[in-house]
Amino acid sequence: MALDLRIVVGGEAGQGAQTIGFILAKAFARLGCHVFADQDYESRIRGGHNFFRIRVRDSHVSAVSEVIDILVALNRESLSLHCPRLGENGVAIADMNTDPELVRQYGILTVPLSDLAAEKAGNKLMANSVAIGSVMGMLGFNSEILSGVIKDHFQSSAIVENNIKAARAGYDYARQRYDRSSSYDLSSIMRIERMLLNGNESVALGAMAAGCKFLAAYPMTPSTPIIEFMAANAADFATVVIQPEDEIAAIHMAIGAAYSGVRAMTVTSGGGFSLMVEALGLSGMTETPVVIVEGQRAGPAIGLPTRTEQGDLLFAVNASHGEFPRAVFAPSCAEDGFWLTIKAFNMAEKYQIPVIVMTDHHLASSYFTAEKFDLSGVYIDRGLPLSEDEMGKLSEYKRHRITPSGISPRALPMQSHALVVTDSDEHSEAGHIIEDAETRTRMVAKRMKKLEGLRRDMAPPHVFGPKTADISLVGWGSSFGALHEAMGLLRQQGLNINLVHFTEVWPLPAQETTDLLGGDRKIYVAENNATGQFARLLNSETGLKISGTVLKYDGRPFTSQYIIDRLKGMLP
Amino acid sequence: MTVVNLQDYAGMQPAWCPGCGNFGILSALKKALVDLNIPPYNLLIVSGIGQAGKLPHYMKCNTFNSLHGRAIPVAIGAKMANQELTVIAVGGDGDGYAEGGNHWIHAMRRNHDITYMVHNNQIYALTKGQASPTSDTGFITGTTPEGSPPQINPLALAIAADAAFVARGFAGDVDHLAGLIKQAISHKGFALLDILQPCVSFNHINTYEWYSKRVYKLEEEKKYNPADKTMAFNKSIEWGDRIPIGIVYSKERPVFESTLKALRNIPLVKQPLEPGKIQKLLTDFS
Repeated sequence: MALDLRIVVGGEAGQGAQTIGFILAKAFARLGCHVFADQDYESRIRGGHNFFRIRVRDSHVSAVSEVIDILVALNRESLSLHCPRLGENGVAIADMNTDPELVRQYGILTVPLSDLAAEKAGNKLMANSVAIGSVMGMLGFNSEILSGVIKDHFQSSAIVENNIKAARAGYDYARQRYDRSSSYDLSSIMRIERMLLNGNESVALGAMAAGCKFLAAYPMTPSTPIIEFMAANAADFATVVIQPEDEIAAIHMAIGAAYSGVRAMTVTSGGGFSLMVEALGLSGMTETPVVIVEGQRAGPAIGLPTRTEQGDLLFAVNASHGEFPRAVFAPSCAEDGFWLTIKAFNMAEKYQIPVIVMTDHHLASSYFTAEKFDLSGVYIDRGLPLSEDEMGKLSEYKRHRITPSGISPRALPMQSHALVVTDSDEHSEAGHIIEDAETRTRMVAKRMKKLEGLRRDMAPPHVFGPKTADISLVGWGSSFGALHEAMGLLRQQGLNINLVHFTEVWPLPAQETTDLLGGDRKIYVAENNATGQFARLLNSETGLKISGTVLKYDGRPFTSQYIIDRLKGMLP
Repeated sequence: MTVVNLQDYAGMQPAWCPGCGNFGILSALKKALVDLNIPPYNLLIVSGIGQAGKLPHYMKCNTFNSLHGRAIPVAIGAKMANQELTVIAVGGDGDGYAEGGNHWIHAMRRNHDITYMVHNNQIYALTKGQASPTSDTGFITGTTPEGSPPQINPLALAIAADAAFVARGFAGDVDHLAGLIKQAISHKGFALLDILQPCVSFNHINTYEWYSKRVYKLEEEKKYNPADKTMAFNKSIEWGDRIPIGIVYSKERPVFESTLKALRNIPLVKQPLEPGKIQKLLTDFS
């Protein structure tokens, strides 16, 4: 029986559900399991209801499940909200002092969380570590690994020892009374070194690996942790991280830094991106590379600030007035976030264009396991910066010189005596303001010419399942995990279906897409928005007929069950 | 050593109206750069949109003509990426004090080492004569037929934001203006240079003659001390029969760039790209 263990830790904001969940997730990852964990929280600092969901498997997992095997309830509300979703053998753990009526109603396994913390660790506040230990005790989890993770988490030695004692107390208590280890076989898990990281961390690491030297960004959920991560490492990595007055300043600073010659980025969400769009055109017009991370959340306006949506796709593809080339990437998981962010910097500099990396709340703040990134595979393409030799031979440098590829040789200010002149007005090859029709036509054509090369550099969609099938489920970006799982389950049920998933969404590799999705098959697109944006893009770029869409726009991510239920309703 | 001369800065033929105050500013800027012996390839001018925004095209240097109101953040980004560049941002009163007002205030607060020249003609000229944030109170234009609301005071605002260098020049006194530009560029930190610029086409009130009758030089005031903030505030609100020009406020304070460890040694643009360097961070995630 394949391993699929689903744990939820719920409580008020500030109670520590996130810490408990994170330590559990990290311990499973360190054992070698595949782990996926997501956070559901409200836009508040204290109170309300937050929960942290973990899924542990022996094969790839990147989707949530609606069923719970183990619930850790830190308050009464967690019991009433989550107990109804306990599976067949599901159990809930709560403190010994829980209302006996509830204990009877839900068959709760009680653990003296606070009392054990006080008794064994001398501090009631370490009840959360007792809870961690209790879960692991039930599972007979390797206690050495658990202690190691707790040690790494609470680095300060004074509290480390007591937290380990508290966890040990919970572990022993639950192991003696509530042993469930026979239901979840962890003994056959291979000890492979895996990283556990969220989408934001993977994007930040990707940017740093790509040599991003400048980040200007205004805090906005869900992308703020990227700023904090890069700021924490700024001094060691010779990177400038600046929090300016607004998102308009952020993107202009990044463009200015890129003009001077460094790899530059800004990160934001849909609201901040809305403020940036005029500058997106400035990047396009002045042919200054810039990378923008757009962490989507449920819009419009403030929408649901701590919740997820894939509602900004067509906006990103079309944002800003006028016409100019751009690329849009949408990573499907943390590992993808790392590599696609590196590619974003390469494409931005090679084609001297803006490149948008679209994450969303689900991808940005969920934790994924990934095999350790092989940094020898990081490829840096800075495009065509002129060497000092080449610069020396130039009698006159023209920043926007017309070439067969549309890409102009790029020089940097102070690299030589050549002057780097560019303009947001339509300009000549030399970068000076013009108004005549002939130059205008040539310069538009020159910029648009770059799309041809760019399109060739875009990877075709990934196919999962058989290459040809009667039905193709199509998706893009962060919904990959749920779609992949749904496809697998439907195949088990006998359906001839595959998954065609896009992570490099614009410019859409139209020919490869038509080759993969053409012919006599049904195409169903599943996406986290209300209007089927990718379905429309797919249709307009390829002419392929879309048989139907599975849409979800409640601010919550897909589950495989949701997709299966909707899809079955549409199938002939 | 390179000796820079005026010819090095000769650019395109300006498309400004004959008699425009911008000509005086252009001459003063070139003169200042030659006096400071800054070669064109070490200089970046970032401009916004408006008649002032066209200035770098009429010179010869590294140029980034950006969007309306956005010269300052582009200039800041360029400067942080390469601190060896001399960076000047240029725009009009609408560009800097209206559309880009937020950037201007925060650039002064953070104290980036750039010079900001505002060609202040108290009017929107490129769009043919609408009220600007510095238009006189009650000024009648096509968009303000019942009179413009009270004007902004850029100097007082800059002093309140603790700008490192606050000065006012007059396009009709090129030598004096050139001197101010030299001091603005040389001052470490954010330097605001507000320049009274007659608009011969759309502003028939604040003319060369109007200004010439009123302006007087602060450096000729024996007791004036630009390091004295209270004195500076008092001078900044003087506007009427007498209008002060010269350095209004000057202060030494830490430049933003100097507070960042990443910028202590060599410019960012000269730092190598080392993908392997993140290896040590990856272990934190295992």
